[in-house]
Amino acid sequence: MMLDTLNLAAICAMAVATYATRVGGLWLLRFVKPTPRMQASLDALPVAVLTAVIAPSLFKGGPADLIAASLTLLAASRLPLLPVVVIGVGSVVILRQLLG
Amino acid sequence: MSGLVFAGSAQLVAIDLWTEPAPWMLLALTALTINARHLMMSASLARKLGEFRPWQRLVGMAFLADEIWALAEQRAAWGRLHPAYYAGVAAFLYASFVCSTVVGAIVGPAIQNPEVWGFDFAFIAIFLGLIVGFWRGPATGFVIAASAVAAVLVEARLGGVWHVLAGGAAGMTVAALLVRHQARRHP
Repeated sequence: MMLDTLNLAAICAMAVATYATRVGGLWLLRFVKPTPRMQASLDALPVAVLTAVIAPSLFKGGPADLIAASLTLLAASRLPLLPVVVIGVGSVVILRQLLG
Repeated sequence: MSGLVFAGSAQLVAIDLWTEPAPWMLLALTALTINARHLMMSASLARKLGEFRPWQRLVGMAFLADEIWALAEQRAAWGRLHPAYYAGVAAFLYASFVCSTVVGAIVGPAIQNPEVWGFDFAFIAIFLGLIVGFWRGPATGFVIAASAVAAVLVEARLGGVWHVLAGGAAGMTVAALLVRHQARRHP
């Protein structure tokens, strides 16, 4: 890819669009009334979005990925995040080798 | 591109769409839709930025990649989210993202089968670990189930742009409905 003016302009346009989505939520929340129900759904937002990001790729993953995901969840209920990731990645490498 | 846009998934799709001359409108729209999920992430963080000055909020949101958002949420769930913590996470992730893009561009062609190394699963493992940290009883289970079902269905029907918004909306709706349920039971 040549870095000419048009390519640079396209990269800048992408950067602006990305920033708009990231700062837009702050602006959106100005219009939200803090009712109990709204509070509850905002409290649930992190876990809902975390789930939604990874659910499709887990769903499409093979048995190796699903077993590794279960091991990761088990590890996560006992250990801090860094060992959890090591266990998750380690088990997926081994299981993918074994199960193909 | 990694230095300015700093959004992996949008960049990967953009590479597929890139032609000469660059279709800049299409690329910007692509970045807008793929990163629409960040609307939800920044909306959620908006209530937790009490320690941030206005300029710190505006600068901070430029670095709101999925992983940085996730760690910031985790921190806010434990206590207060301080600008210094956010800046540390963002600086480290930004540096490693840009550096590893450069390394990837150099050594990437030598790696035949990235799946064998499990790199793709690291992201899933981090998110699974964070989800467990957000567990607050059975209600969380309903939120997770609703979000997962909605995300999988939407991804299967519409492809991989809207599933995060759909899952987030489904989970939020379930949480809102559960509140009404509890209020009726304990007036």
